[in-house]
Amino acid sequence: MSRDAGKRGSGEAGQQTAPVHGSAHGGHGTETGPYVPVFVGPARAALEELFTRYPTKPACLLPALWMVQEARGWISEPAIGEVAEVLGLTPAYVKGVVTFYTMYHTHPVGRHFIQVCTTSPCNICGAEDVMKALVRETGCGELGATSPDGRFTVIEVECLGACGFATPILIDDDFIESVTPDKVPGILQRYK
Amino acid sequence: MGFPHPTHPKENPVLSKHFGDAEARSFDGWMKRGGYEGLRKVLRMTPEAVVEEIKTSGLRGRGGAGFPTGLKWSLMPKADGRPHYLVCNADESEPGTFKDREIMRWTPHQLIEGCAIAAYAIGAERCYIYIRGEFTDPLKIMQQAIDEATAKGAIGSNAFGSGKRIEMIIHRGAGAYICGEETAMLNSIEGKRGNPRIKPPYPAQAGVFGMPTTINNVETLAAVPHIVMRGGEWYKGLSLSNPKSTGTKLISVCGHIQRPGNYEVTMGTPMKELIYDMCGGMRRGRTLKAVIPGGSSVPIMNAAEAEDCLLDYEGVVAKGSMLGSAGMIVMDDTTDMVYQIWRLARFYAHESCAQCTQCREGTAWSVRILERILAGKGKQEHFQLLLDLSDNMTGKTICVLSDSCAAPIVSGIQKFRHEFEAYIQGAREPAMAAV
Repeated sequence: MSRDAGKRGSGEAGQQTAPVHGSAHGGHGTETGPYVPVFVGPARAALEELFTRYPTKPACLLPALWMVQEARGWISEPAIGEVAEVLGLTPAYVKGVVTFYTMYHTHPVGRHFIQVCTTSPCNICGAEDVMKALVRETGCGELGATSPDGRFTVIEVECLGACGFATPILIDDDFIESVTPDKVPGILQRYK
Repeated sequence: MGFPHPTHPKENPVLSKHFGDAEARSFDGWMKRGGYEGLRKVLRMTPEAVVEEIKTSGLRGRGGAGFPTGLKWSLMPKADGRPHYLVCNADESEPGTFKDREIMRWTPHQLIEGCAIAAYAIGAERCYIYIRGEFTDPLKIMQQAIDEATAKGAIGSNAFGSGKRIEMIIHRGAGAYICGEETAMLNSIEGKRGNPRIKPPYPAQAGVFGMPTTINNVETLAAVPHIVMRGGEWYKGLSLSNPKSTGTKLISVCGHIQRPGNYEVTMGTPMKELIYDMCGGMRRGRTLKAVIPGGSSVPIMNAAEAEDCLLDYEGVVAKGSMLGSAGMIVMDDTTDMVYQIWRLARFYAHESCAQCTQCREGTAWSVRILERILAGKGKQEHFQLLLDLSDNMTGKTICVLSDSCAAPIVSGIQKFRHEFEAYIQGAREPAMAAV
């Protein structure tokens, strides 16, 4: 149900792996052909700069994973291998970290990734209606799924930290406050 | 100010004075508003004198625990030859709390100045600012402000020409409430899963990268330049009730309220004045039912307790709850308390790092039992089962996440038992299908 299902709290009730529809339609970064490394050229230089910010290489793991996700849209198994290699870690270790943090995608998602907050403060202000409107208007059909045109993926997330501006949603990097169901179609139009 | 609303006469805007004023975001704009005077003053003082000033002020941690800030700084070892670190906790994720976001969005240099002063006081050359991954705007604004402050020489290798190195590095979180717990945050900075650490050792002895570390909340650090400029005695005088609670506090108010927002009040201000005067009261035709005063991790208050409560650390404890991070969730008479307690339990179940059994199992089973009740399948023995589970989840784990899950459940059963009974006895339509 919420976020990337099955992450962290392994005993959590009713959590199954989120369905992924339409990944064949693209989203971005669906894997085809041999793996192309991320950390070459300018990205390699950025990684080297990153090394100066922390006293140890493993500490660069979270920012390095962000770089991979920005470049590829998600973090694939081969990408985990590459990150492990450049930081001197094992792939198993990197995978353990990737799966702990819910913002890293372990499967391809739609071109636009929508996160809607439904935690209590927003919940009492109608967040579940906003969530339903998003699922309906994007054509995703259900939470965690990607719309058949590959345009959107919608997930429900825990507190986005903007409770006084219920209901906040995050579309890619755009933080949008005070969303109500009637505003949803207009907002979605801005994302092609 | 009650951002996004104009300042109410009953507020006392110190930290929030420039919220909504986009010019205050730039380095020059901040300098025009008296910015960085505090840092310049501090660089001419001894670190010990700075710590003393903060001790005098009575400033306590604004992230939730309320630990005295000056005392925390004084626990850092002196001249031990090891690198020291300051970590700014900007992982604001506590449901109901959205104050640090506004501090970073509107007054990034206020926070940078506070961090620089704290770093100087504890002998740290480097400060990691841990900002939650979802805060895309604060991340951009803070990075810009750090770049600008560094380019202008306020911080960096030679802060204001003092010869002191004060570097700031933003570390972006990636979606984990638990990383707001200070030792989980240290692990996260080290590139690990965000599992809280067993204490001792305390961060002042062995923190990030095994080195002496101080972790402070955004609001705590943002108050520091004001204390340095206006004096610890001035800050200590900002107290309307208990002298152990000093200064101003940003209260994030959300939920069923006319004007949700961040209100900055002097410690000891009555909650009633905040709800009915500053926030404009409840929605039309509705009455107050409950308040969760300190972010979702504290016991729920009923209307009578809330209306009689003073907003400071001791005042909220006296009414059976905690000030916490002061994220106030206001609920009116339309609220289904059982459903909302279930929703909170689901939050904690999702955010449990799963290393302690009591938390991993306890949060998940609490959710399942509450779901049964909401589906009309509840039984009388479920009350005792939930209370037993909550007892096992309180005070028995590495961090307080499971205690936080138990707090609304136990207080909810105590204060709103009749709403649970209504579901159990079939007097109320089930809120969800049976699982």
